[in-house]
Amino acid sequence: MHIVICIKQVPDSAQIRVHPVTNTIMRQGVPTIINPYDLFALEEALRLRDAYGGEVTVLTMGPPMAEDALRKALGYGADRAVLLTDRYFAGSDTLATSFALSQAIAKVGKTFGTPDIVFTGKQTIDGDTAQVGPGIAKRLDLLQLTYVAKIASIDLDAREIKVERRSEGGTQMLKSRLPCLITMLEGTNEIRRGSLEDALCAARSNVLKWSAADAGIEDLTRCGLRGSPTVVKRVFAPAARAEKAVQIDTAEKALRDIADELIAAIFTRQPALEHELAFNSGA
Amino acid sequence: MSTVNRETPRPAAGRAGIKKELPDHFKDYRHVWVFIELERGQVHSVSFELLGEGRKLADKLEVQLAGVVLGPPGEAIGNAIAEAFVYGADLVYIVEAPLLADYRNEPFTKAMTDLVATHKPEILLLGATTLGRDLAGSVATTLQTGLTADCTELDVDTDGSLAATRPTFGGSLLCTIYTLNYRPQMATVRPRVMPMPQRADKPVGRVIQHKLSITEDEIVTKVLGFLPDSQSATANLAYADVVVAGGLGLGAAENLQLVKNLARALGAEYGCSRPMVQKGWVSADRQIGQTGKTIRPKLYIAAGISGAIQHRVGVEGADLIVAINADPNAPIFDFAHLGIVTDAIRFLPALTEAFTRRLSPHNRDKLAS
Repeated sequence: MHIVICIKQVPDSAQIRVHPVTNTIMRQGVPTIINPYDLFALEEALRLRDAYGGEVTVLTMGPPMAEDALRKALGYGADRAVLLTDRYFAGSDTLATSFALSQAIAKVGKTFGTPDIVFTGKQTIDGDTAQVGPGIAKRLDLLQLTYVAKIASIDLDAREIKVERRSEGGTQMLKSRLPCLITMLEGTNEIRRGSLEDALCAARSNVLKWSAADAGIEDLTRCGLRGSPTVVKRVFAPAARAEKAVQIDTAEKALRDIADELIAAIFTRQPALEHELAFNSGA
Repeated sequence: MSTVNRETPRPAAGRAGIKKELPDHFKDYRHVWVFIELERGQVHSVSFELLGEGRKLADKLEVQLAGVVLGPPGEAIGNAIAEAFVYGADLVYIVEAPLLADYRNEPFTKAMTDLVATHKPEILLLGATTLGRDLAGSVATTLQTGLTADCTELDVDTDGSLAATRPTFGGSLLCTIYTLNYRPQMATVRPRVMPMPQRADKPVGRVIQHKLSITEDEIVTKVLGFLPDSQSATANLAYADVVVAGGLGLGAAENLQLVKNLARALGAEYGCSRPMVQKGWVSADRQIGQTGKTIRPKLYIAAGISGAIQHRVGVEGADLIVAINADPNAPIFDFAHLGIVTDAIRFLPALTEAFTRRLSPHNRDKLAS
C-alpha cells in the first residue's frame, strides 16, 4: 500500500518569546521541530507499511529549511520525502495550503502510485486550526476520518477500513473505504526510534524539491496570499487589565495567616461562594 | 486561517492593497447563522453560547439570527428548535432525515452546503468541537471561503465585515482575521469561550424546512457503533464552579497532588497548564487553555502558572482569578484579580488547611443559621 503523510515544520512553541516592547515574535534561536501531532500520524503510517507492505511518502510545504523536518521523518523510516517549496506559497491560509498540498499529493500519486491513505496530524501547534486535513480530503474527494484513535482493521482487497473515531462524549466505530484521509489523534502511539539503517538512509537520500510548477499547479492565483480568502489584519498582544492583581502582602507573616487573609479576600469579592463551598465541598 | 507559510505577520498597512470590492454574486449574502450541534439527542451548549454571540453580531448588522439544526426526525429536533428560539434565534433552518442520526461528514457537509447555497448567510458560526471542526473544514473547502478557527472574540467592523480574533503563534499573540471577498464568513469558537446568553421568555420564530439531497446509498461511511465515555470528572472541568490548576512552578509531577488536595477540599475540579501535559505529568484532558479546555468558574486558583496568552484565553471568563506564583513579574498577575507572590509548593498545603478550617462543619452551622 502507498501512504502519504503530510507534516509541518513548526517553531517549538514552548520556546517562543514575544518581544516586550515591539510585540513581535523573537524567532532567533527558536528551534524548529516536526509538529508533535504529526508524529502520531507518522508512526501509524509506518506501522501500516510494516504490516501490509508498501511505501510511506512524507510531504511538507514550507521554506527550504523545512527539509530538516523531512530528513527527520526519513530517519524514523519513511521511504520518500517531498518538499513543496515556492515563493508563490508564501502567506497561504488553510484553504490555499490544502489546495497546494492536494495538488502535490495528486502529483505524488501519478508519479509513485495512488495513495491508499493520506495521513495528517490532528492539528498543528502553531496554527491550531485542524482545517488542512479536511481541506485536503474534500479537494481530493477522499473519505474523511478525523480524530482517529485507532485503526481497527484494513481489508486491502475489499478496500475497506474500520476505525475508532473520537467524537464529543464518546468513540464512534466507523466503517469506510479506501482511499481515505485520516487525521490521527494524539497519544495513540509513540514514535519509534529510527534504526541506524534508516538514519544512514536519511542522510544519503535525496529529498525531492518541488516548485508549484513541479507539483503540476497551473493556477497560481489559488496559491499563497492571493489564494487565501482570509486576511490577517492585525497582530497584537492582549491588553493587560486596567488594574493589576491585588497582591496579598506576604512579608514576615506565617503561611497560615497569609492563607486566611487570601480566603477573606476571596469571600469578600464572591460573598455567595462561601455558602456554596461550605455545603458542597468535601471539607 | 493559518499558516503554513504565514509565519511573518505583516502590519495592516502592508496588506491594505489586498482589499477588493466584494464580488457582486456575494452581495445578497445576508444574516447570521449558528450551527446548532445536535448529537445523540443532545444539543451541545456551545451552540447556545454561539447564539448569544450571533445575536450581538446580527443586531449590529441589523439582520436576522438563524439557527441551523440537522438531525433525525423525533423529539430531539423539536427540542433543539425550541431551545434555539429560547437563546435568541429569529428563525431556524432544519434538515430532518433519518440518516442524520449519527454524525458523519458526508451527509452533514451536504446538508450544510446546500442550505448555504440556497439561503446565503453572510456569517456562519460553529462550535470548535470535534464535530464542528470536522464539519467546518469540509464546508469551507466546498464553498471555497475563509474559516477562522478557535476565535476568542467576534465583532463587526465599521464596513460590516466580521472581525474574528484568535490566538496565534502557539498562543503567544492575538490576531484579527477578516474574510473580505468571500461569503459566508466562517468562524469556530471553542466551548465556554463565550458566556451563556439569557433565556427568552416566550420566544417565537419561523422554521424553514430543507430537504436532504443525499441518500444512504450514496454515503460510504457507516457507523457501526458508539461507545460513550465513562462519566468521568474530566468532562466536568469546563463547567466546574471552582477550579484549581497547577503549572511548571510546581517543579515536579508529584507536586500536582497539592493541587488535587486543595481541589478536593473545595469540591473543585483540578487542571493544569500546557507544559505539564507536554512533560507528560498530567493527561491532556486536564489541560486548561487555548488548546485545552476553556473554563468559566466562579473561582479559579492558578498555582505556579506563569500565565502565557494561550492559558489566559482559557481562563479569562472566570469571575475571580487568584494567582500564586514565586515570580512577581509573571504575566498571570496582569490578569489575575488576587495575587500572592510566594512558592506555590509551600503555600498550597497552608491554603488547603485554611479552607478546610473555614469551611468546617462548625463554621457551616454558623453560616446556615
